[in-house]
Parts: sequence; structure tokens; C-alpha cells
Amino acid sequence: MLSRVASSIYWMSRYLERADNVTRFIDVNANLILDMGRERKDAQWEPLVRATGDEEIFNNLYKEYNEKNVINFLTFNKKNPNSIISCIHNFRENSRTIREVISSEMWEVANALYHLVMKHSRKHKIDDLQEFFIEIHNYNSLFTGFIENTMLHDEGWHFARIGRLLERADKTARMLDVKYFFLLPNLDYIDTPYDAVEWGSVLKSVNGFEMYRKQFHRVNYKNVSEFLILNEHFPRAIRYCIHSISRSLQHIINTLGVDVLISLKINKLRITLDEANINYILDNDIHKFVDNLQLKFNAIDEELDRIFFNTTISV
Amino acid sequence: MVFELYDTEDFYDELINNDGSPRKEAIPLVECIKSLPNNILRCRQREAENTLYQQGITFNVYSEKKGTEKIMPFDIIPRIITAKEWNVIQMGLKQRIEALNLFIDDIYNEQKILKDNIIPKSLVLSSECYLKQCKDISPPKKIWIHVTGTDLVRDNKGEFYVLEDNLRCPSGISYVLQNRFIQKRTLPKAFQKMCVHPVSDYGDYLYETLRHSAPEGIEKPNIIVLTPGIYNSAYYEHSFLAQQMGVPLAQGSDLKVINNHVMLRSTKGFERVDVIYRRIDDEFLDPDVFNKDSLLGVPGIMECFRKGTVTLANAPGTGIADDKAVYAYVPQMIKYYLDQDPIINNVPTFICDNKKDLTYVLENMESMVVKAVNLSGGSGMLIGPKSTAQEREEFSEKIKKNPRNYIAQPTIALSRTPTIIGKNIEGRHVDFRPYILYGKSIFVLPGGLTRVALKKGSLVVNSSQGGGSKDTWVLKDNFHNSKTTDQHCKTTKL
Repeated sequence: MLSRVASSIYWMSRYLERADNVTRFIDVNANLILDMGRERKDAQWEPLVRATGDEEIFNNLYKEYNEKNVINFLTFNKKNPNSIISCIHNFRENSRTIREVISSEMWEVANALYHLVMKHSRKHKIDDLQEFFIEIHNYNSLFTGFIENTMLHDEGWHFARIGRLLERADKTARMLDVKYFFLLPNLDYIDTPYDAVEWGSVLKSVNGFEMYRKQFHRVNYKNVSEFLILNEHFPRAIRYCIHSISRSLQHIINTLGVDVLISLKINKLRITLDEANINYILDNDIHKFVDNLQLKFNAIDEELDRIFFNTTISV
Repeated sequence: MVFELYDTEDFYDELINNDGSPRKEAIPLVECIKSLPNNILRCRQREAENTLYQQGITFNVYSEKKGTEKIMPFDIIPRIITAKEWNVIQMGLKQRIEALNLFIDDIYNEQKILKDNIIPKSLVLSSECYLKQCKDISPPKKIWIHVTGTDLVRDNKGEFYVLEDNLRCPSGISYVLQNRFIQKRTLPKAFQKMCVHPVSDYGDYLYETLRHSAPEGIEKPNIIVLTPGIYNSAYYEHSFLAQQMGVPLAQGSDLKVINNHVMLRSTKGFERVDVIYRRIDDEFLDPDVFNKDSLLGVPGIMECFRKGTVTLANAPGTGIADDKAVYAYVPQMIKYYLDQDPIINNVPTFICDNKKDLTYVLENMESMVVKAVNLSGGSGMLIGPKSTAQEREEFSEKIKKNPRNYIAQPTIALSRTPTIIGKNIEGRHVDFRPYILYGKSIFVLPGGLTRVALKKGSLVVNSSQGGGSKDTWVLKDNFHNSKTTDQHCKTTKL
């Protein structure tokens, strides 16, 4: 497979997942605001931008962290490279450069989603985005369904999966961060009914509420954190993502017959997560833990780029 | 009912006789359209365009913002070519391509045709399209023009003429296939009744053509399509063709020449490439040899081509026969190389480089079409009957300054065909571009791109200037034996 094509498949997948996650971020936040009551209304939009790591771009574009600015920034602002509109644009451009590799069905979904986002962006409305977000989720599911059912499950499919799951692991980590930004100043909240409601919102935003219930029955911060970080079977849990990435990577490495360091790196991360204990993570600094994870995700991304996408292996 | 007011205005019409009755072969189609209420027809028209939009079958418009996309307007009333007409077209094109290929090979090698004074040597060697870098090269199996998209026009007597040969990187084939795909959904009943040749196997033929042209000794060649990238106006087509053949679509930056071989950067490392269906123009192909600023090409690729380690389809240098002044000599080429008379004629062409022709052109500009020899897409052109005195004056100056650069042809009243315009059906001028593949034998795809000038009275069919396209139905031979044929068609379809 062409290096450029592998890279485009990977990024196609990442950008779609990223756009999908932005809607989940906004959703978590909106729910938290509703649950927490009015008095904190004004302060609640900044953490969202901080958690996405794009404060600098935001500060260059807006004066104030209010609902309107933040949502606009995250959804339809083309100057934000990680806004939904930018992600979907990049998602489609990547799909377009590999249109001969992906199936027509996938391409048509990419195209339709792009036109949908463009249509919504022209309305200049930021309220009432629920329906729009649901449509993005549905398109994402449709697209991944087509990846599953219309593409060869070969190298390209594995790169698509790595892109999607690495992005997802990263965003699940950041989502936890958003939540902790809210809670840490107010440790009193922990284990109160409020807490249960709030963590319930987080679970709903990642479509994990029902699955969580099956395992833990009652909602509390410790179990939710464990579920989102260390669960082996929940497809948005960080550990699940890393396991799958590891398997896909191994598959690629076997197919290509190359021996590369990256598998060592990912295996180390996998073992860390396998052996991690949630009490230990929570007793220490969860920010630090999340930060550390993100550094590792970035390192994996860089390795992928170095080894497979900008291939320097000689003949 | 929509045909009641239709007026052919004494043009040759592809579907309707001058008395208003449908041509014999077009009866089922016209009946079908007549049976549809007006709004249904327009509704289907909109649906068809919507499908094109959803599928992203768009071309990029250079003049507008980067990445602006438009669909090429598609008219759902097809154009019909009868089996009898097709037979002539097919034979004529095969003959022409064979002669043109021999000509190109001759020009870059022995130059017999010049030595025998059939074509003036100075005319050929002075052409911008003559590539000295191709001298003494003979590509595998001596095939230069693997893919051709010849432009044919029809005059008001219904006679076909070759307008241009397009021997370099002809585009539009993806529209032929997609138009058919949509057309089958739009007018399925008429389509079924008429026994139309399929076109969807073009990818198979193209693949086979490329495979056949691989460097000698390579049994299973590695074939790729080379595109300038997603901002090229024909990018959709490049990816479509790669998809139809199941081969990689590469950009210049994906390729690198190592030890006289073109290599593809893959996740595995470098892989050798044997055949490149390149959709990059000659001048951008290799910055070492041609345009030094080209970022689209591959440095060193020409040297590989010279050494025969890679096949380029089409071969560089084929443009020499696209020069419109050289084109004027194709009938002589056919006679010289094949000892035959041309089956399809050229449009009579006046070469301004000839004193006598020049005088005639300057005196009769009002009735002629004047063209720059090396431009296509309807640019650099003066349509005499539609021009103002000032435009003609300006053009005369240009011609006198550089007569080698211009030719002129009588204005042909292009044939027309019924086209949906707003709420009505009106006649619009069309041309026709069939596609020819030169592999083991010469194959003409039974179909092609009918381009239609949507502007009333306009003779310019190019998509960049308000042109649209239509599906072209080449009918099978046995169309007229009513029942038995119907049966036959149905069973062959199954």
C-alpha cells in the first residue's frame, strides 16, 4: 500500500472520530451545566476549550469564554483546525485522495456528511444542535459500518482502525479531564447524588451508561473512571482502544514483514494499562495520569508517521 | 406532449426528422418521453443531478475559490447512434488511430513521411508539440497512443467529421460510465426497449491495454494511475479509473526513480512500477527534462521511459499529431501508411502557415472558425459568424504575427438534439467523443461522451464554457427485429 494512502486512511479515520468526539464534549458540558444549576453558569465553558488544548487559538479569536463563543469555536469556526467543520472537511479531503481505495459507499457517506455540516454551518445558529450532533453520530456509525462491511480487512482497514481508536483513546482521556476540571475545586461533591448524576452524564455522552450499569449497577466516580480507563471490553475505554491498536499494529507488522520499535512502545503502554489500579490512579494526580497517556499517544502517532507514512526504508 | 412544439429549425437533429416525426430508431425513446408528464421528466432530471452531487462527481473550477466544486450538467435525454452509423464510426476510428500511431512512431524514428515529402518537414519539426526528447524511442510494441478520445462532429447533412484527435490525456470517460449508470435509473423502460451496447466494461479493457503495453519480459506488470492531485479538474476521473481497474492512484510525490526504475513509496518500502497510465501533461512529467518548476512530476522518469524500464501511457510526444496544422494531414497519413482512403473525413482545414491559405482565411474570417494549433477546451478560438469586426481585426493581427500558430475551418452547423431547457425541450448543438484503446488490437468503446452546448445557439460544448453532457446509446445491430430481438436482448441481459 502507498505510504500516502496509508496515511490518508489513518487520518480520514481520526478526523471523523475527532468530529464525533467534539459533539460528545459539548454534550457532556451542556449536561453538566444543566445538572449543576445556575450559579456556575458563567465559568463553565472555559474548561471545555482547555481540555481540547486549543486555548491559544481560541484566545486569538474571541474575548470571552461564553457558551456562544465556545460552541461556535468548536463547531463551525473554520479557523479552529479541530472544530467539527474543519475535521469533517479534512475527513472528506482525506477520503477524496483515497477514493479509489475506499468503497463507493464510504465515499458517499463522507460526501453526504460534508454537505450536511456545510448546510448547518450556513444557518449560523448554535442552539438546537442536538439533532445535528445525533446526525453526526449516525453518519459516523454508518461510515464505520461500511468500513467494516465493504472494505478488505487488510492493511488499510487496520490503519483505519488504529486512527479511529487512537483518536478515541485520546479523547476519552480528555473527556475525563473536562469532568475533573469541574469537580476538583469542589471535592465536597464527590459521592453525593450530584456526583452520580454528573458521572451519569459523562457515561451517556460516550454511549456507555447502559453498559456501565450491567457491570457496576450504581454510578460513582471511581467506578466510572475505571470503566472509561481500564475496561477491557467497552469500545470507548482507553484500555480497550490500546489493546485493539496493538493487535492491528501487530497485524500490519506481520503482513509487511518489518520489525519495528513501535510494537515495543505500544506493548509497554498496554501492559501499563493491564496492570494499572484505579485506586492508585485516583489517589495520585489523575491529570498527570491523563497527561502522561496523551504524551504516549502522541509518541505512537509520531512513530506511525515515521515508519509507515514517510517511509525511509530503502530498497 | 412536450415534443409538440419542438422545431429542428433545419439543423440535422439526432432524434427528430425535419418534419417533426421521430427518427425510426428513436421512436421507443421519444414515445417514452412523450408518455411522461412534464413535471416527472423534470423531476427525474433533478434527481439525476442530485445523484451526481451526492456521489461527488464534480470537477474543480480553477477560476473560482480553491476547491470549488461543480457538477457537469447532465441532460437525461440520451443521444442515439444507430448500429449502421456506429459501424462506420468504429471502422473509421480504427483506421485513423492505426495511421496516427504509425505516424508518431515514424516521426520520432525514421521520418519517412517527411523524406517522401508527404508532409512538410518544417511544419512538423517546428511544432511546439514535437518533443526532441522522444527522438529514437520506440515504446513497447510500438504503441504510442494507448488511449484516445476523438472529437467527432456532425454537419447539417448528418455527415460525421473528425474535429480533434486528442492523443495526449483525453478526459471524460468517467462521465460516460457514470452517465450510463444514472441514465439506466432515469429512463429504464426506454433503455430496456432499445438494446443498447454496454459500456461498463471499459475498466477491463483499459487494464488489458495497459497490461499488454508493459515493458518486454514482464508477465505481471505493476500498473498505476498517475494524477496531478485532488486539485486537478479531472481528479475524480483519475481516482475513478484507478478504482475501476483496482490499481493504485499515485501522485508524483509517491514516486521516485532509483537505479533507472520508477519506484512507488509504499508502507513496505519501495515497489517497482512497470506501467503508468499518466494523467499529467508531458511538460509537467519530469522536471529534469521539461518544466523545471513542476512539482507534479517525477524527476528521472523520462530517462526510465527512454531506457524502456517503464511504459508511459500515453507515450510522451504524441501531441505532435494533435497540432491542428499537423492534424490537417491525417488523410494523407492514412493514404501513406495504410494505402486507404479515410473512412471519416477531417473538417477541411486551412493552414495559416501556407501563404495561399492565409490569404483565404484573412478574407473569409467571418464565416470561419479560427483556432490556435495547440490549444483545446474551446480557448484561443474565434468563431467567425459570432464575432464582432473588432475581434476579427484583433485576431487577424495575431495570425499575421505568427501564422504557424493558427488554422481555420469553415463553421460547421453542428447537429442538434432534444435537450431539457427549463420547462421545455429544445434543440441544442452537440459533439461526440468516443474512446479508443490501442492494446493487442484497436478497440472502440461502443458509447462515448456526447457534449451539449446548453446555451441557445452556442457551438461551444466545453464544460468550462457552459457545456453539459448526455448519455450516448449505441444501438445493437439486431434492434429492428421487434419481438425476437426483444427476446434476444432480454436473454443476453440476463
